[in-house]
Amino acid sequence: MFEFDFMRHAFAAAGIVAVVAACTGYFLVLRGQTFAGHALAHVGFAGATGAVLFGISPLWGLLGSTVAGGIGMGVLGERLEGRDVAIGIVLAVSLGLGLLFLHFYTAYASQATALLFGNLLGVDARTVVILGVLAGLCLVGLALIGRPLLFASLQPELAEAKGVPLRGLGVIFLAIVAVATAECAQIVGVLLVFALMVAPAAAAQRLTRRIGPGVLLALALALADAWGGLVLAYYTDWPSSFWIVALGGLTYLAAVAITD
Amino acid sequence: MGGRPVLDGVELAIETGELVGVLGANGAGKTTLMRAILGLVAPTAGSIRVLGRPVERGNPALGYMPQTRTLETTHRLSGWTFVASAASGDRWGLPRLGAEARRDLEWAIDAVGGRPFAERMLAELSGGERQRLLLAQALLGRPRLLLLDEPLISLDPHHQRSVIELVRRIQRELGITVLFSAHELNPLLDAVDRVLYLGNRHAALGTVDEVITGPSLSRLYGSEIEVLRLNGRIFVMSGGLEIDRDEHRHV
Repeated sequence: MFEFDFMRHAFAAAGIVAVVAACTGYFLVLRGQTFAGHALAHVGFAGATGAVLFGISPLWGLLGSTVAGGIGMGVLGERLEGRDVAIGIVLAVSLGLGLLFLHFYTAYASQATALLFGNLLGVDARTVVILGVLAGLCLVGLALIGRPLLFASLQPELAEAKGVPLRGLGVIFLAIVAVATAECAQIVGVLLVFALMVAPAAAAQRLTRRIGPGVLLALALALADAWGGLVLAYYTDWPSSFWIVALGGLTYLAAVAITD
Repeated sequence: MGGRPVLDGVELAIETGELVGVLGANGAGKTTLMRAILGLVAPTAGSIRVLGRPVERGNPALGYMPQTRTLETTHRLSGWTFVASAASGDRWGLPRLGAEARRDLEWAIDAVGGRPFAERMLAELSGGERQRLLLAQALLGRPRLLLLDEPLISLDPHHQRSVIELVRRIQRELGITVLFSAHELNPLLDAVDRVLYLGNRHAALGTVDEVITGPSLSRLYGSEIEVLRLNGRIFVMSGGLEIDRDEHRHV
C-alpha cells in the first residue's frame, strides 16, 4: 500500500497528529478538561467553513478559530466552570454558523463531510509539512511548560502559592490544545476529535501510575489507533475516520476492563 | 472575598518554633489568613510580615498544605508521582527531577513515614495516608513556616490522632513554626503550644487556658459564650448550642 503517494502522505499525517494528540491529550485528561478539546473542534468548524467562503484554506480558518477559542476559554478560566448550558449553546451555534457558511458556498458539497469527519486520504505533501511544523510548535510548547503545568494540574492551590501563574499557564495550554485540535480535525474531522485526543490518553492513564510511562503508552496507543485505522481502511475500503475512532473506543474499553 | 472583611482589626504575632492551632467555625477566616500569609490575597489595610520580611508570593521558606479536594481521591497516579509534581514545580521545562530534588523528595516522604505506601495509587490510599503524603509535599524545600489547612478534615479519630502526632514530631525535630487549622478544638488540645481563635471577624491568640474561656470568647463574639469542660474535653456553647457544630449545618 506504500506504493501510493496518498497512502504515504496519510501515514505521515496520521503519525504526526497521533503524537501531538497523545501528548496534549494526556494533560487534557489529567486536568479534567477533555470537554475543551471537543468544544474547540466545534468552534473550528465555523472558522474553517467561514474561511472557505472567503477563499482562504480551511486549515487556516480552523486553526485561527480554535486558537482564538482556546485563548478565550483560558482567559475566562474558572468562570466557565459549571456553565455547561452556555458552552453547549456556543457549540451548537458554531455548528449552525458552519452550516450557513457552507450554504453560501454550495460549490463544495464534499467540503462539509471532509471537515466534519476528516479526509485522511486527501492529505497532500504540503499539508503534511504544515502539520509537521505545527506539531513541532505544540511539542516544544508542551516541553517548556511541562513541569509547572503538571504541578498546577495536580495541586493548583499549592502551585499558586509557590508562584506558578495559573491563569497564564492555562491560556498557553489551551492555545496548544487548540493547535492540536485543528491538527486532529484534519485527520478525523471536527466531530471525532475527542476519540483521537482523549481515548489513548485516558486509556494510558488507567494503566500507568507515573507520568513518563503514561505519556509513552498514550503515544504508542495513539499511533496504533491512527496507523491501524489507516491499514484497516485500506483493506476494507471503509472510512479511515471510522476505524481510528473505533480502535480508540476499543482501546479505552479494554483499559477499563483490565483495571476494573 | 465579596467585599465583606473576614478578619478586621486583628493584630498578633506568632513566635518562631511554636505549633499554633488555628480555630474557628467554617468561614471564620482560617483559609483566608493562610492565603494572606502566602501572599495570595492582600489585606485591605495593615500589613503582614512573615519570618521578619514582607509577604512575598512564592516564598520558599513557606510550606503549604491546602484542603483536600476530591480530585486527589480519584487519581490513578502513584502517591510518589503526586508528591514529586511539586518538586521545583515552579520552574519551566520538562518535569524531571535532579539529584538534589530527588534527595529532598525521599527525605520528605521518609519524614512522614510514607515509604510503605508511596508507590500505591492515590485512589487506593486511605485518608490518613493521603494526608501524610500531602504533608510530605508541603515539606519539600524544607520550609521554616508550615501552613496546614484543615489536615484533619474527613479523617476518623484514630487517623486524626496519628496526623497530629506526626505534625508535632516533625515540628519539634525541625524546629519549625506550624499553623494548624481545624474547626474542632478537642483533637488538638494536647498538641498545640498556643491557639489562635477566629470568630466574628476578630481573633484571640494565647494558650488554651487563656483563650478558650467564657469571658475571652464572649469578648471575641460580642455575645454570651459558655465554655464547658468535661473529662478533658472542651465545648464552646452559644445559647445552648455548640458553636462549630451549629455553623456546619448551614454550610
